[in-house]
Amino acid sequence: MSDIKKFMYVNRTAPYGTIYAWESLEVVLIGAAFEQDVACAFIDDGVYQLVKGQNTTELGIKNFSPTYSALGDYDVNKIYVEKESLEARGLTIDDLMDLKYEDEDDDWAEKDSIHVVSAAELADILEQQEVVFSF
Amino acid sequence: MKFAIQVNEGPYNHQASVSALNFVRAAVDAGHEIFRVFFYHDGVNNGTRYTTPPQDDINIVKAWSELAEKHNMDLVVCVAAAQRRGIVDEGEQERNGKDGNNIAAGFRISGLGQLIEAGIQSDRLVVFGD
Amino acid sequence: MSTLHTVNKSPFDRNSLETCLRLAGKGNAVLLLEDGVYGAMKGSNASSMVEKAMSDVSIYALGADMKARGVDESKIIDGIKVIDYKGFVELAVENDKVNAWL
Repeated sequence: MSDIKKFMYVNRTAPYGTIYAWESLEVVLIGAAFEQDVACAFIDDGVYQLVKGQNTTELGIKNFSPTYSALGDYDVNKIYVEKESLEARGLTIDDLMDLKYEDEDDDWAEKDSIHVVSAAELADILEQQEVVFSF
Repeated sequence: MKFAIQVNEGPYNHQASVSALNFVRAAVDAGHEIFRVFFYHDGVNNGTRYTTPPQDDINIVKAWSELAEKHNMDLVVCVAAAQRRGIVDEGEQERNGKDGNNIAAGFRISGLGQLIEAGIQSDRLVVFGD
Repeated sequence: MSTLHTVNKSPFDRNSLETCLRLAGKGNAVLLLEDGVYGAMKGSNASSMVEKAMSDVSIYALGADMKARGVDESKIIDGIKVIDYKGFVELAVENDKVNAWL
């Protein structure tokens, strides 16, 4: 009997203004050890979490954005970014970090973890999940 | 059904904790099981025993402690979030060299793994937050 | 599979209701609770968005939160069902999962 569930972590807040972005990432990392079927969705201001070039030196707080690059090593490679949220914010995939993972089923070929999907596609993806975490 | 509850905000500042309390009571009344209530982000502040709310208002911390006792409910405060916000039990007090502890009755401090486990073992996860 | 979506913020405070309705699947249930109950009121700038969504999803409002805010049942959009916490639990059981739009 398999205990594997489809886990979805929903991110809708920008980084740094509140702690939700960082503390939700902590859940994803700890959760990786439990070997569930994990996906992350970045919607609304959540897309800002993945913007490249974050530098918090002058602010004096921790820059946790490098952690997203580690997600691939934790087998978290289904990272869905909503197209409508990106467009509303004048962003494209080129503004986002280049998150990759190595596909063990494809001779460890390096692939993109970020999938920009439309609202309709994301709605279908959300419908298939079994447990949804909101932060 | 087995419910896992996630509470993201502290008492009073947001309605989340009260909404969660009311949901949990209704679920228990309907004969369901609460597998665990996991307090994350500022939700860990529901686990301090030092609140003194006005007499004519709900005592949220006490309400959770009483629920825990009456139904043997597992109330877990996330250790990482608790450390950031200063919610301490005896173990944390000793480990981190604090001069006291403030955890409320019925709550225990543990890792994020407890939230993930609750998601796996329960039939439904219900999140209350901001 | 069907989802129970919960929205706890007013449509004038956050875009949670708008995003929820954009991403909810056909036949899903949406429960407005806490400040989210203001989204159930007729005659607001958000009403037509909600009315339009009702052809795809069932919308509920938590009575206790409406009463707390002085939102009378007569003031809400026709077809939105007012439920209590017992009903909230039932919705959570009847649907396959709960998705909270905070």
